[in-house]
Order: sequence, then structure tokens, then C-alpha cells
Amino acid sequence: MTPLLKVENISKYYGNRLGCRDVNFDLYPGEVLGIVGESGSGKSTLLNCLAGHQEPDTGEVVFDTRVEGLKDTVTMSEPERRMLSRTDWAFVHQNPRDGLRMSVSAGGNVGERLMAVGARHYGDIRSTAIDWLDKVEISDDRTDDRPSEFSGGMQQRLQIARNLVTGPRLIFMDEPTGGLDVSVQARLLDLLRGLVRELGLSAIVVTHDLAVVRLLADRLMVMKDGHVVETGLTDQVLDDPQHAYTQLLVSSVLQV
Amino acid sequence: MSTEYNFAYLDEQTKRMIRRALLKGVAIPGYQVPFASREMPMPYGWGTGGVQVSAACLVPDDTLKVIDQGADDTTNAVSIRKFFEKTAGVEVTEETAEATVIQTRHRIPERDLTENQILVYQVPIPEPLRFLEPRETETRKMHALEEYGLMHVKLYEDIARHGHIATSYAYPVKIEGRYVMDPSPIPKFDNPKMEMAALQLFGAGREQRIYAVPPYTKVVSLDFEDHPFERGGAQQACGLCDAQDAYLDEVIMDDAGTRMFVCSDTDFCRERREAGHIGEMGMPITEDAA
Repeated sequence: MTPLLKVENISKYYGNRLGCRDVNFDLYPGEVLGIVGESGSGKSTLLNCLAGHQEPDTGEVVFDTRVEGLKDTVTMSEPERRMLSRTDWAFVHQNPRDGLRMSVSAGGNVGERLMAVGARHYGDIRSTAIDWLDKVEISDDRTDDRPSEFSGGMQQRLQIARNLVTGPRLIFMDEPTGGLDVSVQARLLDLLRGLVRELGLSAIVVTHDLAVVRLLADRLMVMKDGHVVETGLTDQVLDDPQHAYTQLLVSSVLQV
Repeated sequence: MSTEYNFAYLDEQTKRMIRRALLKGVAIPGYQVPFASREMPMPYGWGTGGVQVSAACLVPDDTLKVIDQGADDTTNAVSIRKFFEKTAGVEVTEETAEATVIQTRHRIPERDLTENQILVYQVPIPEPLRFLEPRETETRKMHALEEYGLMHVKLYEDIARHGHIATSYAYPVKIEGRYVMDPSPIPKFDNPKMEMAALQLFGAGREQRIYAVPPYTKVVSLDFEDHPFERGGAQQACGLCDAQDAYLDEVIMDDAGTRMFVCSDTDFCRERREAGHIGEMGMPITEDAA
């Protein structure tokens, strides 16, 4: 089986400071990879390098494109990479404000990616948008409301609908549940888990919340000071942590 | 003509710089060419971009016409016309057919223009994507990569909110199948006229951009398959000259709400009345003048 994404020796420096170094992994279709670590451990830098938002200093990010097969996204041309990021890729930001157009209606937000790949029939765009809003539990009488009138949880769900409407195969998530209260968090996770299974999506989830990866991720990567210190199956890493830092991380979780 | 000014106010180096930008604009229809816009002796928003383009185009035997919302006799039109009379000493006219260079704000003349004419537009905001994507770095990239989905998001929002495409002026167009362009705030009624014989030049002074549509270039107004572009315009005939398919201004006549519709293109209206067309509220041209 060919991996969907092959990451080889990704390093990123900010001047003399280390962002992340020598990260390697393969991601297979349908697999969800969690990346955990404390603030400043390089997990967001890594995600941005993978998603093409930042250029890594070294390394390759090879993606299994629909037309040409395996191709390095770091060296591919910008139009190609941007095309990927609005068709086969999706990026869910921690803050919905970064991923939504706040002055455009919910329907317009979902429809944007469709129009970006050439949809020019208003009725079709709208019905697809309503369909997706329904999937993320936003009722159709909110279609013409702006995201600024939505609650935080709804904004996050809208962002997910907006990203999934073009049927991406790989979804990058940066703290998708950050800043939400626990009951809303639980429903969002439920929704995400359902969508990932139903659509056979692959995902890379960056978070500092171990409960989130326990629920979502098949595999886990633990980062510390820009390095990957431990990888393995999620349950294995969380239940039997080997590296001293992972042990610290797991034992630091507050028990209710 | 006052000899204290160089011909058409700007110095020769500046005019050459603007002409270079114009040539590039003509070579890449619809592409916004940056240029080093100069301070002009009038405030931004009064047509500093158009004036600089006109100055770079004028030659001593040109005949200049200036219109503002179709009219030759409004403040903006009169002052720009006077400006070039004084600094360039060129002939000026109010007759569309006589002019070789026409500077316009917010209208295209009703009369078909010819290959011997240049139409210069004053542009306040050249970037059609501005209100959806405020970052200029990003919009330039979107133009470069032909990523125009966002333009349709604006039209989508219009339909979602109003039931139809409510954008009625500065209606975005695609030039020769490539660049999406803001046609300056002309009514969308004028959009179909942009496929014309004359050269069209656009100048935005404050924003420091020049762009162009060469003669006979394809200009398509953006729309949806199920909500096609509609030209719009008033249903009435002109009250003075009875024109049926001209763009009309609505004029309130008194406190009781009496109104009349009259051609916004004053020269077109005059010409028709001289030819004997009389509208409902009009009278023969000889008495009119008195």
C-alpha cells in the first residue's frame, strides 16, 4: 500500500532557533495521526510545513496526488500546491476566525471552495452548502447568517464543513477543540470521528490535549524541543510511555 | 495656453513613465500596472488617475471631452476641462463625436465610440477583490494564479441576501478570458458597451494603478448559470428627448415627489432634441435654450 503522505527529514529553523528537526513519518489512507507536545515544542511549525504554509529548510513532503502519484509538495510549483490545498487538502485552524470569512454568510463560506474549483450554478452550490451545514449540525435557517453571529462551537463546525465540501483526502487540524468548553468539545470530537470514519479521511491532528488524541488518533507522535521523542500506537504510547518526557506528559493530566 | 506649464501639466519624464505603464497595460488587458502616481493640483478622488492618463495621451491637436456621470457641465467635468485648456491649450468640446480623448467618471457615452477615440476612466478602487480579501499581497497572487472563486462569493452573497445579483455598478468583468477587472464605478448598464472600437484606459491616482482594455477586446460580466448577467436600467423613456434605451437619471422636481427621468448623457440628449425628438416633459430646443 502506498502511503498518502511521506514525510522525510523535515527541519525548520527560525534564524538560529530550532522550529523542528529531522521529522520522519508515513501516513496511510484512512489513518489519523496525533502530534502532541507542550507549547513551543514545534508541533505547529511542523504542521505548517506539511500544509505548505511555511517552507521547511530541509526535507520532503511527498503526497500521493490523484493525477501524478507521489510528488514532493515542497518543490512543486505554487499554483499546484495552492490547488492541492483547496481540493485534496483541508486545514482546520484553532481559531475559526483564521479559517472563515467572517463577513460572508455561512452558505458563502461553504460555497467558496466549490466556486474556487469552478462551480458556477447558484442553486447547486447552495444546496451542497445546506447539505454540508446539515452534516455538521447547523440548521438550514442559519445558512444566510454570518459566522460572527455564531457561537464558538458553531464557528468551528462551520469551518469543518467549509473544508470538507470539496471532498479532501487529507485534513490538517491545529488544536481543533482549543478554546471550546468540554461538552461542546465532546460533540465536536464525536462529529469529527464520525466524518473521518465515514469519508475515510486521513488526518493529522496537532493538540496538547491527550484526551483528544485518545479519541481521534490511531497513531501518536510526541514532540519535545523540536524533536520527535516517541511514536507508536495511541493506546500504547499513552498507557505505557517509554520516554521520560512522555511519562511526564501522561502523568501531568489532571484527574477529575 | 499658459506658457508657465509644460504641455499638459506633467513633465516629459513623468509622461513617458505613464506611457510605459499604459503600453504594458494594453499588452496585458485587464492587468493592473503599478505606476508612480504624482501629486496633482486636485484632491485624490477627483480624478487624479484619469487626469494623469489623459495628460500622457494628449497631443496638441487632440480634442478633449470630459464627462462626470454622463454630464459635461458638472463641477468635476468643468474643472478638469478647464485644467487642460489652461495647461495644454487643446481644443475642448462637449460633443462626443468630435472628441479624440474623452475622460469619464462613472459613465460610458451612449454614442458608439470609434477607433480614433480614447476613453479614459477615473478609478477610485482598481482592485475588484479588495472588499473580500484586504491583503494586496494575496490579491496580486490570486490574479497571477487566476484564482477568481472569491469574486463569485460576492455575487453569491448578493443572491443569498437579495434574491438577485444586486451589484449595480462597478460590476466585475473578465477581460479576454484572463484577468478579472473592476470597470470603475460605471453602472452595469454600460458593461456590454465595453466591447468597443475605442481604446479604454483606466487610471487610479491614489492607488497608483493603470490598466487598459484594447479595442475589440472580449469583456464578459461575471454571473451564475442560473442567475445570468442582466443589464438593468430604467423602464421609462427620457422626459426630454424620449430616448427608449439610454441610461436615465431620476430627478426629483418638487416637494410633492414629482419626478422626471432624463438621460444621464447630456450630449446624447441634446443631440436627440436637436434632431427633433421631444419627450413627455420636453419642449423644442430653441425655446429650451431661452
